[in-house]
Amino acid sequence: MATILVVDDSVSLRNMVTFTLKNEGFDVVEAGDGQEALSKAKGAKFDLVLTDVNMPRMDGITFCAALRKEAAFKFTPILILTTENSPEMKEKGKTAGATGWLVKPFNPEKLLSTIKRVVR
Amino acid sequence: MSIDLSQFIATFLEESYEGIDIMETSLLNLDSEDDETINVIFRAAHSIKGGAGTFGFDEVANFTHVVETLLEEVRSGKQNITADLVNLFLESVDCIKGLLGAAQDGPQADQQQIEDVKQRLEAFIVASEPGDENVEQNAESPSGNKKYCWKINFSANPEILENGHEPALMFAALADIGPLKVVADTSSLPPLAEYDPQLLYLSWRIDCTFDCTESQIKEVFEWVEDECTLEMNQVEFEQRASRTWQINFVPNQELLSTGNEPALMFSALAQLGDLAVKAHTEKLLSLDDQQPDLLNISWQLTLVSDCEKAEIADIFEWVDDLCELQISELASTAEQQQALGTDTQNSDQDATESTKDSSDKAKASKSKAVESSSIRVDTDKIDSLINRVGELVITQAMLGQVGDDLADVAGVDTERLQKGLEQLERNTRDLQEDVMRVRMLPVSFVFNRFPRLVHDVSGKLSKKVQLIITGEQTEIDKTVMEKIGDPMVHLVRNSLDHGLEEPAERIAAGKPELGTVKLNAYHQGGFVVIDIIDDGRGLNTEKIRAKALEKGLITAEQQLSEDEINGLIFKPGFSTADVVSDLSGRGVGLDVVIRNIESLGGQVTVKSEAGKGSAFSIKLPLTLAILEGQLVRVHEDTYVIPLVSIVETIVVPKEAKNPIAGEQKLLHFRDEYISHLDLKKLFHLPGAESAASTDTTLVAIVENAGKKVGLVVDELYGQQQVVIKSLEVNFKRVEGLSGATILGDGSVALILDVAGLIQRGLNFEVASAVKSRNHLKNERTQGYL
Repeated sequence: MATILVVDDSVSLRNMVTFTLKNEGFDVVEAGDGQEALSKAKGAKFDLVLTDVNMPRMDGITFCAALRKEAAFKFTPILILTTENSPEMKEKGKTAGATGWLVKPFNPEKLLSTIKRVVR
Repeated sequence: MSIDLSQFIATFLEESYEGIDIMETSLLNLDSEDDETINVIFRAAHSIKGGAGTFGFDEVANFTHVVETLLEEVRSGKQNITADLVNLFLESVDCIKGLLGAAQDGPQADQQQIEDVKQRLEAFIVASEPGDENVEQNAESPSGNKKYCWKINFSANPEILENGHEPALMFAALADIGPLKVVADTSSLPPLAEYDPQLLYLSWRIDCTFDCTESQIKEVFEWVEDECTLEMNQVEFEQRASRTWQINFVPNQELLSTGNEPALMFSALAQLGDLAVKAHTEKLLSLDDQQPDLLNISWQLTLVSDCEKAEIADIFEWVDDLCELQISELASTAEQQQALGTDTQNSDQDATESTKDSSDKAKASKSKAVESSSIRVDTDKIDSLINRVGELVITQAMLGQVGDDLADVAGVDTERLQKGLEQLERNTRDLQEDVMRVRMLPVSFVFNRFPRLVHDVSGKLSKKVQLIITGEQTEIDKTVMEKIGDPMVHLVRNSLDHGLEEPAERIAAGKPELGTVKLNAYHQGGFVVIDIIDDGRGLNTEKIRAKALEKGLITAEQQLSEDEINGLIFKPGFSTADVVSDLSGRGVGLDVVIRNIESLGGQVTVKSEAGKGSAFSIKLPLTLAILEGQLVRVHEDTYVIPLVSIVETIVVPKEAKNPIAGEQKLLHFRDEYISHLDLKKLFHLPGAESAASTDTTLVAIVENAGKKVGLVVDELYGQQQVVIKSLEVNFKRVEGLSGATILGDGSVALILDVAGLIQRGLNFEVASAVKSRNHLKNERTQGYL
């Protein structure tokens, strides 16, 4: 089963996402901010990365751009979890190399149906 | 599948309250040049909103959204930070707090206030934004009896794979909506020698044999819409066929051995009409275990055809005893979709079940990948842990004693035992320290509420005040911390209300208009000291004295030092505020403050200089659970004197006890005369008189609140860390004792309450002095009290 890296500074949201994904049989690794996620990603392999945007230390956009530069993550789907459904945010995500986005708030069902587009 | 979100709510609330604290603190520290602070506030609001939306607190989410929008304008420089704006944000924080409280079964939030604040926030917001309701339902659902379907041409930039996109999965997502046919156009494939596996050379034609809205399809390709060409045509369903058949085909494993081939059966079906095939591969074994003879796949087929059921059944005729076959007709396209939808869900469930075993194993075999830097634990659990460690310390002391006893027995080699015991002692102590540290939190948890308090109170009083906080990282036991909040609020309010002058008065006194209140925390010995310092007018000793006289706290002839007069403000029933103000002086005096702090084993002292300001100092024990103690013998019992209160232990020759003021015997100690307290006499133990008559006396000089007393003891034992057991819980409160502990030999030792003893000793002193004056003839007053 696929392994997914979940990056969010909000513990409750991370819990929800992790629980949902694990319930579906995915393996999940969590990180509380971009920097932590980046260090966890280096040398590891993930089939999908889900990241929040607004986080302390390193935000999701910066993290996404940095991760995409890693050779091992060139083709890895990275989804941005954002509350902003604006074209600017999407553009920002794309420029940073994000695969797609998921607009908050989302429920577990929405999360699962969405990630099906990039990991199965 | 549904997941119970309520399990995450407790964490969400806790997190949100932390977020609120952060917002509040940061708002008060906000200055316009500081981008990071506004970012921090924004992030906190953002997280609250996100969580609230996810976990179903819509009111919180909606309100916080407005706050966040305005914060975003500040962040992006569209708004300037003004005092009004900061105040509005602070009010918003209160509203969020109220809404969260209401969500947490608390009292209903003040709707009017929330509505009011919300309107004011909205009035600030420059660009009224459209709101982020999903703009959907643009594509009109085709109405009428006509059936439609979609023909899609999809081609993408060759580099599309680089950002993690995978067309196959997009088609799979599309197939989740309904059956479809995908044909790949391979015409642009280069010769193998020029082939770059990182590039995409294919384009596709997709025929959806289902009807849906345009946005449903667009959503699937949403993430690549700029990198691809997507042609979508809704065409009328070329429906020669009006019937849709759904066929569930679950063959036996052995089907292949009969020479039947499902693929060929499906081709035959396809001859009848449009066929969509969906294979269920969940039961497929892993490649290693795969047996090529056995079939572990089942299929779900959708056939759009005018054929009769019998024609379909015919195709499966040869295998009808080797499979489970269900053939059913779907009445309409809508129903077809619905059926497909539910069926997908069912099969998903099946899939989950069938893969459960393997994924469980995978989970078990993999080392736990999830890490986190902190975990939340119930304080009950920690307290129980601390208790347990306390018991362990006692057991360790007990074993140590057994070891010592054994060492005295001739012929027993206890070296190995002793080594083990030493190690045990070290480990126990380390363990105890570590466990105690778990309970320690930075005092900033308490300090953090003051910026807001100072901001609000100074606003009400129209005084200008700056708050300086230092040492907020100093750690202190959680229980102690929980209890000092209110006393501190009292003291700070007091400083703001009574200590600091009105701006005009300050200017007249040649002081800066801006008053200062300082909070400082630091460690001192086994204590934490918290200072609350203001640069206000200081305590008015004359006024205090007059007030104390009026309240009958002192007599007119009493001579008091300045510090003693200042100390009077802590006496019960004392309040100098001429007018009971809105803020302090509500009839609850500083005596409550001091009582609260003393109940924690702490002390409050005050220093003041007229016109310069006053400084309140709260001294608290680091923890309430253990104590460094000096063991002493009094008569036949062991007592514990807290080491921190011992100034010195001395042997006093008889002649050094100077009789002063008649019957009072005082000890001359380093230029001070201090009174003696004979513990035996206090505790009504035998032998008090004989001790007085010996040549020398052992005296432990203890200090509390600046007062010293000599405690007469019979013998000094060692110094030891003791675990405090409450007397109130296990027995009842006893004056002069603050608790008890269990020693290594299992016996109970009582811990002396030094503050109480000094107080009692002084009263006793006065009482006995009075007594001896009155009943000089009748009383034999030979003690030194």
